[in-house]
Amino acid sequence: MSFTSTIGVGGEAAARSIEAQLKRGGGDTTGRIFKLLLQLSLVVSVGVLVVLFVDVFATGTSVFTTRAESFLSSGIRTSADAAGVFQAIRGTLWIGVFTVVLAFPIGIAAAVYLEEYATKGRLTNFIDLNIRNLAGVPSIVYGILGLTLFVQRFEGFTGGRTLMAAGITLAILVLPIVIITSAEAVRAVPNSLREAGYGVGATRWEVTRTQVLPYALPGIITGTVLALARSIGEAAPLLLCGAVTGLLPGRQGLIDPSQLTERFTALPIVIADWARTPREGFDEIAAAAIIVTLAIVLAMNTLAIALRNRFEKKRN
Amino acid sequence: MTDVSAPATAFTLAQLRGDPRRTRKEAIVRAVLTAAAAASILISAGIIYSLAKETFTFVTEVEWDTVLFSDGWFPRQGVYDIRTLIVGSLIVTVIAMLVAVPIGLGAAIYLSEYARPGVRKVLKPTLEVLAGIPSVVLGFFAVSVISPSLVRPLFADANLFNLAAAGIAVGILSIPLIASVSEDALRSVPNALREASYGMGARRVTTVTKVVVPAAVSGLVAAGILAVSRAIGETMVVFIAGGAAGNQSFSTDALSPGLTMTAAMATQAQGTDQVVGEGLTFQSLYFVGAVLFVVTLALNIVAGRFVRRVRQSY
Repeated sequence: MSFTSTIGVGGEAAARSIEAQLKRGGGDTTGRIFKLLLQLSLVVSVGVLVVLFVDVFATGTSVFTTRAESFLSSGIRTSADAAGVFQAIRGTLWIGVFTVVLAFPIGIAAAVYLEEYATKGRLTNFIDLNIRNLAGVPSIVYGILGLTLFVQRFEGFTGGRTLMAAGITLAILVLPIVIITSAEAVRAVPNSLREAGYGVGATRWEVTRTQVLPYALPGIITGTVLALARSIGEAAPLLLCGAVTGLLPGRQGLIDPSQLTERFTALPIVIADWARTPREGFDEIAAAAIIVTLAIVLAMNTLAIALRNRFEKKRN
Repeated sequence: MTDVSAPATAFTLAQLRGDPRRTRKEAIVRAVLTAAAAASILISAGIIYSLAKETFTFVTEVEWDTVLFSDGWFPRQGVYDIRTLIVGSLIVTVIAMLVAVPIGLGAAIYLSEYARPGVRKVLKPTLEVLAGIPSVVLGFFAVSVISPSLVRPLFADANLFNLAAAGIAVGILSIPLIASVSEDALRSVPNALREASYGMGARRVTTVTKVVVPAAVSGLVAAGILAVSRAIGETMVVFIAGGAAGNQSFSTDALSPGLTMTAAMATQAQGTDQVVGEGLTFQSLYFVGAVLFVVTLALNIVAGRFVRRVRQSY
């Protein structure tokens, strides 16, 4: 009896002293400050994004309210009041076409090879490592590749500092991204689908074509659109491939293929050039060109989401 | 009623081999896919080939005094002080990491250890939007907001075009990269470690800082190295906001215009109609490109090692 009561009294005191020690005479101040700092870092990241969008729209909207049509239909000029993005949009669209035509099929094929065909071994590991390293090569180094091979060495084919040279260079730049994201989508296909295919006697390609690719399609689309957005926003390699910033003669239509072997410019190039020009009026047209670029990227993302949802529905 | 007792059909060898047309198709498809995968090796070879020839010419023909001991980068006058460019790249990278490491890491810890699933679902895509913004847009942002509204009020003598603003913008660009790689590393720490820590009576802050972060440290280091590599390779932000022309005397001042390795290459290509000039001007472009390629490749390989270490331990 007295034994248990001693424990009771002593235990209570001990509990109190332990609690006091744990709390160090207060609440969990350190924990709260720590959490606050973490939240602050997210607030800063999101806040920067908000400020960026507000700034771009506040600066650029005036161009669209005063001369939307002339801005969208004029070429690059040295005066901010007359300059427009027509040639830049044309260049950017063609670069997108090159990415779709070259990087998508080659990238998806390489991903299928790595995930479905390749046997684990030294060669596969090497290719894998190689692709990962290519994805980390700075974009301007791809510009060197484009300058050396497609502008100079294969000048007879591309015509030198042309849209074609630039398009091929950017397709090569995003190829590793297409491969990595597509391979991830293919890897996520459940093995039971493949085994069912092999079980009824299908060949590897038949299994890939009828089972694996349809299932992986939503994931592949998401990855390829990311790559497309990247190729549209990229500027550094274009500078080395000879993108024009001053004056670009010629006023062919938007989708005239004779463009391919002529000098070119692109949206990121004119944005960079105008943003660098500290003269009156160039701020506004740079921001307006950014709005056009963001609109194109947004349209593509929307298309990708719509496609993905459609194929996901089909899959289920 | 099915006849279960029917005698088994005997297959001929030809039937077991399958339709020769299907076999042939299979072989063709395999060859095409292999060629696509091999293309990636071809690209690496192409990059090395492109860099090697002119870099070799530069390295063998240049007077090394002008590369290491002159006082600026004046490629069109035959003065190729690589220190000027490396110092410029270092200034931008250090400033970028001062911005990106705490913010990116903080965001990653919050998303992995604190955020409820609903909050995470909103914040993750927001960071992905930030990751998808073209670097020219951040270059514009640096000139139109960061420099006039942040850098110049703090430092009165700062030029509108300065390396500090460029560095901050490159840092913003690197936040999503650090956040996503770090978050992957933190989330791959097994829950048993967290539960053991809570079981010992540790608070959440103690668990995070003393258990989870140390367990994920190789992944966090990898995130940092990848971000450094990304910052060194970033071109357009510095090209726009660094404000340098093609020439630059040696300077360690972050508040005045400057050149990085990447921006030097970009300015050299822009402005003239042809990337040519006196003597070794054209070759110097390749030399800087080769230095950049080797540095970033080394960083990426080291980062890859660290990432693999995380995968092996859990």
